[in-house]
Amino acid sequence: MDDRRTPLARARGLGSAKEGVHHWWVQRLTAIALIPLVVWFAVSLVMLSGADYPVVRAWIGAPLVMVLLILTIGIGLHHGQLGMQVVWEDYTDGALRVVMIVLTKFLAALFGLGAIVAILRIGLGG
Amino acid sequence: MSAANRPVHRPLSPHLQIYRPQLTSMLSILHRATGIALAVGALYLAVWVMCAAASPRAYAVFQDFNTSIIGRFVLGGWLFSAFYHLCNGIRHLFWDAGYGFEIKDAYRSGWIVVAVSLIATVLSWIVGLRLV
Repeated sequence: MDDRRTPLARARGLGSAKEGVHHWWVQRLTAIALIPLVVWFAVSLVMLSGADYPVVRAWIGAPLVMVLLILTIGIGLHHGQLGMQVVWEDYTDGALRVVMIVLTKFLAALFGLGAIVAILRIGLGG
Repeated sequence: MSAANRPVHRPLSPHLQIYRPQLTSMLSILHRATGIALAVGALYLAVWVMCAAASPRAYAVFQDFNTSIIGRFVLGGWLFSAFYHLCNGIRHLFWDAGYGFEIKDAYRSGWIVVAVSLIATVLSWIVGLRLV
């Protein structure tokens, strides 16, 4: 046998990275935060039916709406990328899995930051 | 290759096609499906505010898509996915806290989730159409 490590050392090396609990916990935390945010957003969206461009901009630019909208999109994307990570882990393997997870996280960061800048631009002018 | 790294061909547990469809498993699959839809839907949401910030022209293009037949299906699907994932997510949080594991309770909460998310979707659509 060329592996001279003890069984315990081998088992340790093959164990989890111990980040699973953190992933699980943040998923629940973002879920709880999203309950009131999604209800607020769904109601707002329905009330905005048929609203034209200036009305929509005025709505997005109101201070309270800016805060809640940034929270909704930011936390929503974070929760979404955590969930998509599990989906990729369940159905893909090897290099594809790594590529898809990284791509998912990059996309969430890109669109999240894009949305935040857009909301601030509408609210603060420019 | 160490003993631990050698692939072990253990028997696999029976997969989806073996089981009779049940409400509980179908709702579980729907939770994941709506979750994937909403992950894409969140990007769609980001595009919405980016179009609103960009220009009236960009926003008009976005709105043209929304009012098309495909756009209506996307919006309706988004709304149902949001309500369903929200309701079933709350059901999951109760399970996480240790409540509602009895088979009878799991079925009851499942039907409540189906009813509430369908009613919320239809109600939103009706109110939305009245405002247009």
